[in-house]
Amino acid sequence: MKPAPFAYVRAETLDQVFDLLDEYGDDARILAGGQSLMATLNMRLSAPEVLIDINSIPGLSDISADVDTLHIGALARHSDVLESDLVRKHAPLVAKAMPHVAHQAIRNRGTFGGSVAFADPAAELPAVTRALGARFVLQGRDGKRTVAADDFFQGLFETDLKENEILVGTEIPAIKNGERTAFLELARRHGDYAIVGIAVQGRLEDNSFADMSLGFFGAGDQPILAKTAMTALNGQPNNDDTIKKAQDALDADLDPMPDLNGPAEMKMHLARVLTKRALAELAA
Amino acid sequence: MDQNVDITMKVNGQSVSRRIPARTNLVDFVRYDMELTGSHVGCEHGVCGACTIRVNGDIVRGCLMLAAQAEGAEVETIEGLTDTGEIADLQKAFHERNAVQCGFCTPGMLLTAQELLQKHASPSREEIREFISGNYCRCTGYQAIVDAIERVAEERRG
Repeated sequence: MKPAPFAYVRAETLDQVFDLLDEYGDDARILAGGQSLMATLNMRLSAPEVLIDINSIPGLSDISADVDTLHIGALARHSDVLESDLVRKHAPLVAKAMPHVAHQAIRNRGTFGGSVAFADPAAELPAVTRALGARFVLQGRDGKRTVAADDFFQGLFETDLKENEILVGTEIPAIKNGERTAFLELARRHGDYAIVGIAVQGRLEDNSFADMSLGFFGAGDQPILAKTAMTALNGQPNNDDTIKKAQDALDADLDPMPDLNGPAEMKMHLARVLTKRALAELAA
Repeated sequence: MDQNVDITMKVNGQSVSRRIPARTNLVDFVRYDMELTGSHVGCEHGVCGACTIRVNGDIVRGCLMLAAQAEGAEVETIEGLTDTGEIADLQKAFHERNAVQCGFCTPGMLLTAQELLQKHASPSREEIREFISGNYCRCTGYQAIVDAIERVAEERRG
């Protein structure tokens, strides 16, 4: 289908964006990469009065690193993140996830910030940012504020972003010595949304798990940090018993929704299988 | 607010300026305004890849980008790539290996294959499959398409 008619503004500055958001509120949508928004417009699931294209606003697409943080500008394209040496070095979990984010033609347009702000519970990047304890930089007319991923994601496509705010960047704590990563997802076709997926970072000390962080996608109404399973792992030896306890703990953490791929019980089963495989990959 | 926009871009090397409804997506623009119907419209929500078009050297989904967003851009379609001869070897290999049946996916498949070969000179069959995973073909079963791309990769390496 074709989208319902709308007006289009190519914003050159953030102030212009805030003016339009003040004026149009809910009837305006921000257009970044557009790889989810355009599909929902085409299907007329959304019919805004105004699209505010932010692609021409300078300074929002840089990827940089300082001592302990990787900064990814909101407009950094998935393909730029995928090919970034800085990302590979400082956030290998993000680098491992990127090849699974859609297909090349979509990665060439889609943006890191757009994926985070859209907060699709089945998408890779929101779950990865939760697993990594990322922080998001949100900007409004009166300035910037920083929100932890833990507080940012609040429900199905729901975030802490206020009506007159825009996400301008993501800060990811750089990986430290000894931290290991694993990323796995199950999808019917490579690049499609996962049926269920897992992003893990943590350490092994004397063959015991430490500082484990498990992010899940496709496993509930939002990207999930599996805190009960993480508690079951931390400080425990890497053996079948511990992994079984972590798998069992997922019942308390995950709440997958049944969909065309299958019932919730099947997704719970797949999440347990992926957890075991991911922990094996982490320890390998 | 005005629901039309003025746009100027290059399509297959030619400069064009038009006033169009803002909601016009890029693939409809090249098909209806430029009368270049080689780019196809399939699912219209980014799944099938039939609408693949090149913008500033990178392939995109023509149904997930507004024509207005191509302001000032270099847009290339299957017609442009055919005229310059850039993908003549891929087209020949697709023909000879019978990697085409109904042909609906073929323009998008060719543009995607070309971007793969520009990025990776020696892709494995698995990498070829992964890269074209965003382009649906409902006829061939993909085997012949992978064969054709693999052969061109070998030929280009010389």
